[in-house]
Amino acid sequence: MNAWNDSVLVFLVLTNFILLGSRRPAARIRLTAIQGLLLGILTILVHADDVRLRTLLLALGSTFVKAGVFPWLLRRAVRETDVRRGVEPFVGYTLSVLMGMALLGLSIWMSSRLPLPPSQAGSLVVPVSFFSVFAGLLLVVSRKTALSQVLGYLVLENGVYTFGIALAYEQQLMVELGILLDLLVGVFVMGIIIFHISREFDHIEVHRLATLKDDHS
Amino acid sequence: MLIALILVPAAAGLLAFFIRRDDLRRALLLATAIAHTAMTAIAVFGRVPVAPMEGWLAMDAVGLLFLAITSTLFLCAALYAVGYLAREIRDEHRDIEEGLLFANAPEAVFTGCLLLFLSTMTLVTVSQHFGLLWVGVEGTTLATAPLIYFHHHHRSLEAAWKYLLICSIGIAIALLGNFFLAVAATRESGMPDPLVVQALLQHAARLNVPWLQAAFLCLLVGYGTKMGLAPMHTWLPDAHSEAPSVVSALLSGALLNCAFLGILRVQQVMEAAGQALFGRQLLVGFGLVSLGFAAAFILRQPDYKRMLAYSSVEHMGILALGVGLAGAGTFGAMLHSINHSLSKAMLFLVAGNILAAYRTKSASEVHGVTRTLPVSGTLWVAGFLAITGSPPFGTFLSEFTILRAALDQHRPGVAIMYLGLLGLIFVGMASITLKMAQGPASKHAKEPLFSILPPAVLAIPVLVLGVYIPPPLSRALQEIAHTLGGS
Amino acid sequence: MNVAAFLHIAVAMILAPFLLGVINRTKAIFAGRTGQPLLQVYYDLLKLLRKGAVYSRTTTWVFRAGPIVGLAALLTALLLVPFGAQRAPLAFEGDVILFAGLFAVLRFFTVIAALDTGSAFEGMGASREVQFSALAEPALLLGLAALAPLTGSFSLSGMLAGITAHTWLRTGPALALVVAVLLVVFLTENARIPVDDPNTHLELTMIHEVMVLDHSGPDLAFILYGSALKLWTLGVLLVGILLPVQTGPWLDVVLRLAGMIVLAVVTGIIESTMARLRLTHVPQFLAGAGVLSVLALLLALR
Repeated sequence: MNAWNDSVLVFLVLTNFILLGSRRPAARIRLTAIQGLLLGILTILVHADDVRLRTLLLALGSTFVKAGVFPWLLRRAVRETDVRRGVEPFVGYTLSVLMGMALLGLSIWMSSRLPLPPSQAGSLVVPVSFFSVFAGLLLVVSRKTALSQVLGYLVLENGVYTFGIALAYEQQLMVELGILLDLLVGVFVMGIIIFHISREFDHIEVHRLATLKDDHS
Repeated sequence: MLIALILVPAAAGLLAFFIRRDDLRRALLLATAIAHTAMTAIAVFGRVPVAPMEGWLAMDAVGLLFLAITSTLFLCAALYAVGYLAREIRDEHRDIEEGLLFANAPEAVFTGCLLLFLSTMTLVTVSQHFGLLWVGVEGTTLATAPLIYFHHHHRSLEAAWKYLLICSIGIAIALLGNFFLAVAATRESGMPDPLVVQALLQHAARLNVPWLQAAFLCLLVGYGTKMGLAPMHTWLPDAHSEAPSVVSALLSGALLNCAFLGILRVQQVMEAAGQALFGRQLLVGFGLVSLGFAAAFILRQPDYKRMLAYSSVEHMGILALGVGLAGAGTFGAMLHSINHSLSKAMLFLVAGNILAAYRTKSASEVHGVTRTLPVSGTLWVAGFLAITGSPPFGTFLSEFTILRAALDQHRPGVAIMYLGLLGLIFVGMASITLKMAQGPASKHAKEPLFSILPPAVLAIPVLVLGVYIPPPLSRALQEIAHTLGGS
Repeated sequence: MNVAAFLHIAVAMILAPFLLGVINRTKAIFAGRTGQPLLQVYYDLLKLLRKGAVYSRTTTWVFRAGPIVGLAALLTALLLVPFGAQRAPLAFEGDVILFAGLFAVLRFFTVIAALDTGSAFEGMGASREVQFSALAEPALLLGLAALAPLTGSFSLSGMLAGITAHTWLRTGPALALVVAVLLVVFLTENARIPVDDPNTHLELTMIHEVMVLDHSGPDLAFILYGSALKLWTLGVLLVGILLPVQTGPWLDVVLRLAGMIVLAVVTGIIESTMARLRLTHVPQFLAGAGVLSVLALLLALR
């Protein structure tokens, strides 16, 4: 079973790298959908020895939301904008991939400093979740379009979720549903705002939203 | 009743989206605000039976304090908002800075989101479960984003986007902190529900230390983003300068406190687990950094609403500093949260009046407020004195208590930096606000009752607290300081 | 040394051009053509060997040495590569690095022979070749290094012998990543699509072809044969990892030969179905392979 977990986690890492290096926005949305699917599979795999109803519910719910609802929302939000041509980000694509490698090394080092429960020792879950968090932050900071920033936020949330299902599982279902609901509404609101931005500005390059600042000239 | 406190505003908020008539909706807003305040008053003065939902929701001293502040502020804001909304319908919507025409969001959205905001903030204050608290804080972010984007123009859109993205990321990090906390708890003791505060406090000695420290760091950074601690505060000035003044008042006065509550709860756990020093040092550090950033950006700030926003950053820094000093510092910080919330809300409401009369956000173009708008002008000057910590206002006492705590603990460096930065901020704000207040009357404007009554009501307690702290309040604050650790 | 090992070398030297023929035939079938005879490469080699070489007046001994040194390097590399569970004739601990080094020697001499002609055209091809190889070589080394912790050996022979079905079950993801990396390096070093098109001589699209433009006669024969050997050498590594069977010696050989032919067919399929990458995207593709190799190494070291 551990090999299956590891395979899914490796795929997750690969999707993060491809996200960092991908140039086409449509491909990026599809990759986050694939990540959502992988996380659903991981949810069931990690708890394969005692599959309860709530595991299935959670897996199905999160897959539906992350692989179905979010891509649909985001695609609708950017439908009117011309996002087919990607804008060159602050940190170039190849450099992003190389920085991703450095972040992966950092995640592995950080997780080695935290003592793991014996059932999870030697598992990839903690480094991969940290890596997703870092990769998400890198995407938010280095990209210029609002869509990429939302995708970065989703990747970050995926990282947090990965950690949660593997290590912090003994929560009430209600809390987890609350988290999912918040995520859903959050992305919904973000989608609406992106729509407004594209209508107002005719683009969704957020680095050009620079009217509000403090320069005392 | 705790559940009622949360559900009544939530239901009213959802209902507000569907009500078509404006006056009916505004009546609903006022009614809900009054009901909420009444229930809070019962909770404060009566003894509320605690712990429905297996101890997930309970009213402890800290939560009650912040709930009382929130409720009072919301009542005044609701009163102001009713008049504000009526005026917004009448006036033409021409953008102040660039002269372009814009539309407002539908008023139903405004009212509904305002009520949902109240509901989620209440959830944060009564929650004794870290997961539920997180849901509440995230809920406040989602409820307030449309409020910031009330005036539909590109600057408020930019502000709303920054707010939404930065706060969502911060809160996601806080969620990671929650998970770390759960791991810290289950590693050693195998608790059934590891995120309930009481359970964590009971088993505190057996919590796994590295995970607990990592959890504290994540929660501090995550909720600190929402609270406005530097360097995660970058959304604050933009959001406050573009949102309607009512919304800014609630954001600064109530929301930042509620975000602080998350940090306080985890600091409680840290104290019980013997990791108090780790937490306190981080809090002092962030507090001083926030003061520094605030001072740097208040000096020669052209926009008076942004000035108030940076002042909020400053005061959040003072709160963090106070709790970081522990003991008397915590007492001072709790007292300060009351003083700051009331004065900041008052200042924002008055700023809204000034904005409506002078139609400019630039401080250099505003003169003679005390003559043009007599009541607002007086409140403006009084508010400036209050927010910078001058006697006889309550903020002087709270800031002084924190200073004394720093000196008592033989930390002269902290005390000197604290005083120095406070002084810089005083000078900065003085040069801006007093220039606005003095001078000849340049316009003639009316001061409708709705615009002066709420701020005046808020100003009185601040003045009173400067000279006299009622014993019940003092006892409550001491109890809070004791539970948060160190006395 | 082992007679069986030398037998494997002989098989390699004889069958390598046949693989090229298989690739060409696969591409032809995909294109709906009949294509060249399977043994066409042999005919080409014989034809070239019979011809005389023409040397430009601007070239020196470097130009003449290029193909010869390259072929020598490749033959030495062939001696390092194990076929099946047999140890390679020249196997020793750390021969992985010598393996990569021999490829570097080959590349170096090809490039300076191309530069020696003094033609700008070949210089351009040389610069591209060096750039892409600079990115592919760390991927190759790291990918092979990832095998070391898994099999406990630093020798190519030890690595391939140490991989069994059990290893696949235990460390599947790491091995899969190594296979992916080796496939990318295979395609890069052999100038296959999507990195380079072996059929064109157009300035826009070629890398390897341009460097051998000026060679003729036996030199060209050496280069052609060398490319077949390169295909075989890297292919054996791939097949060795993918087919972890350790049955009796003769069955092993047959299985691995079949694997090589399948690999050639797969290469032909890849060439027929994919388009060549834009030249500016190739570094990204190779950097991706580098990332995969680092990932494989991190997984293996865990």
